[in-house]
Amino acid sequence: MTIPKEKLLRAYRQMKTIREFEERAHAEIMNGQIPGFTHLYTGQEANAVGVCEHLDELDTIISTHRGHGHCIAKGADVIGMMKELFGSSEGLCKGKGGSMHVADIEKGILGANGIVAGGPPISVGSALAAKIRDNGRVAVSFSGDGSVNQGTCFEAMNLAVVLKVPAIFVIENNYYSEHTNISYAVGCDDLKARTEAFGFPVFMADGCDFFSVYEAAGKAIEHARAGNGPAGLFAEQGRFHGHFVGDPQYYRAEGELDDLRENSDCLKVFRGRVTTDGEVSHEELDAIDADVLALIDDAVAAAKAAPRPTAEQVVEDVYVNYGNA
Amino acid sequence: MPVKTMRDAINEALHQAMAEDDSVFVIGEDVAGCNGSQGEVGSVGGVFGVTGGLYKAFGPNRCIDTPISESAIVGAAAGAALVGMRPVAEIMFADFIGVCMDQIVNQMGKFRYMFGGKSTCPAVIRFASGGGFSAASQHSQAMYQILTAFPGLKVVVPSNAYDAKGLLLQAIKDDDPVMFFEPKALYQEACEVPDEMYTIPFGQAAYVREGDDCTVVAFGQMVPRAAAAIDALEAEGISCDLIDPRTTSPLDEAAILESVEATGRLVVVDETPPRCSLTADIAALAADKAFHALKAPIKQVCAPHSPTPFSPELEAEYIPSAEKIIAAIKATLA
Repeated sequence: MTIPKEKLLRAYRQMKTIREFEERAHAEIMNGQIPGFTHLYTGQEANAVGVCEHLDELDTIISTHRGHGHCIAKGADVIGMMKELFGSSEGLCKGKGGSMHVADIEKGILGANGIVAGGPPISVGSALAAKIRDNGRVAVSFSGDGSVNQGTCFEAMNLAVVLKVPAIFVIENNYYSEHTNISYAVGCDDLKARTEAFGFPVFMADGCDFFSVYEAAGKAIEHARAGNGPAGLFAEQGRFHGHFVGDPQYYRAEGELDDLRENSDCLKVFRGRVTTDGEVSHEELDAIDADVLALIDDAVAAAKAAPRPTAEQVVEDVYVNYGNA
Repeated sequence: MPVKTMRDAINEALHQAMAEDDSVFVIGEDVAGCNGSQGEVGSVGGVFGVTGGLYKAFGPNRCIDTPISESAIVGAAAGAALVGMRPVAEIMFADFIGVCMDQIVNQMGKFRYMFGGKSTCPAVIRFASGGGFSAASQHSQAMYQILTAFPGLKVVVPSNAYDAKGLLLQAIKDDDPVMFFEPKALYQEACEVPDEMYTIPFGQAAYVREGDDCTVVAFGQMVPRAAAAIDALEAEGISCDLIDPRTTSPLDEAAILESVEATGRLVVVDETPPRCSLTADIAALAADKAFHALKAPIKQVCAPHSPTPFSPELEAEYIPSAEKIIAAIKATLA
């Protein structure tokens, strides 16, 4: 598969933006600057970018509690997101949602979602709208290995097949649902076969390799966009942080995290491949790194300086219109 | 004016809304019926017959049968509404809220707030609610009082065919998620219903009866029962206001308070058990904001704190009767 250089550079920029957004968010949480519960995506960037590089603004995604990466990959405003994490009234969701509910409907981002497997049924609804309107759009739901044991995930997969809608179920296996390994939580030996038994094809990807995800996602999305009904994409890649920031991570084997960062880092894998192939130079990637660091610096500075919400905003935006009652 | 049952009035509203706006579609279990079988697809039209004829009129893309998957049905409605459709989903018995509550409460009810006012979710979820059919504990609950507690949802409970049509047409046009509870005991009840489309605004109570001695607030299938009780008391020289809020969220507090200020007495009637109920809610409203006007303790007429029983004798005891409503009104006048 040949990918134009412009697209390669953009994919790298997106992955690097997610990485630096997350690492800086982590630092600011540890500094006490970001309130609430935050779940970091660091390490899984190739999944979000490898999928979203196939989508345009009118296609939709729905995400998870670990949603920053998906939102950035789909085009969310990074500064608005950082302001949202800080809880500012200038945040993407006016400080009402925070890390777990970042959304931008106009960009086809139907929201990060705090309920595991809350997203797949909603994504099927977006896909159903695309089918009814016959507009060629697709709807992607990202969810983790924890989601595959939720009934809502089963219901959504079956309904998508029954209604033959262009839904893509992206299952990101980072091996742990919270603190429990997939080898315990999934009762069967072959999750791919279990999923395919719903009646749609499942494509496999190596989640630390952008090219692998991009190629498999392309097949899944093409299958759905062509009117063949839903498709699945499984991508395996461990997360570099805990389930949430502050997770003591008792479940990790000795050296597991060091090994992940050393040997399963999608940014290193990407850089190695494109520079070895001679498609892109280290200098070009270094320039992107510098751009991204500056953007994240700006985002954090803007978030720290952004206005705080005021008391009357508590009850704003509950309804479009609640009348005089 | 033609006389129509509540079932037919709702069906007419669905036909008219779908004809007017092609972003409106219905989705649910057996809303068409017979898919994949030897029977004629569309011949069921919902287990209560409310969606009859929609499949024939609008086809499989707009009258959509689903598997028995309530979470997926509500989720599909939520997702389609987020991207601009106006789905009307049917969840059959309101009791089944128990299997799709996350999609209703945590998802569609909260999108707009969590997303900073930048989304709309113009979905309607229809439920057949309430008792009266010996349908026992899992097919008889009203349930609207539960969803009334959640900000972000609007909750509608019509008590007659005229209101049902106008409120449903408003629900479909409304840009917020609307939970539409159809008291199944009233499906066959008929009244005058115009053929043309009309809407009834949310948050505006109906004065079903007007009187001086006591204010009665009733919901859903308790409205005609309360009206019968009030009519029976007329012979004894007792006259009452009967207020049907029609929507429990938003609630027309002003209408209730104005009436209580005038009569000084309040009876609240609902078919649900008493704890965390609408009767308790309305009683608290009056105690909080019209305490000085009250001449007698507020009376709540509701089901006991038990599941709905099966046996007809037990269910008749369980659901508030006209006699119990009469006794409560008289107690406020004693």
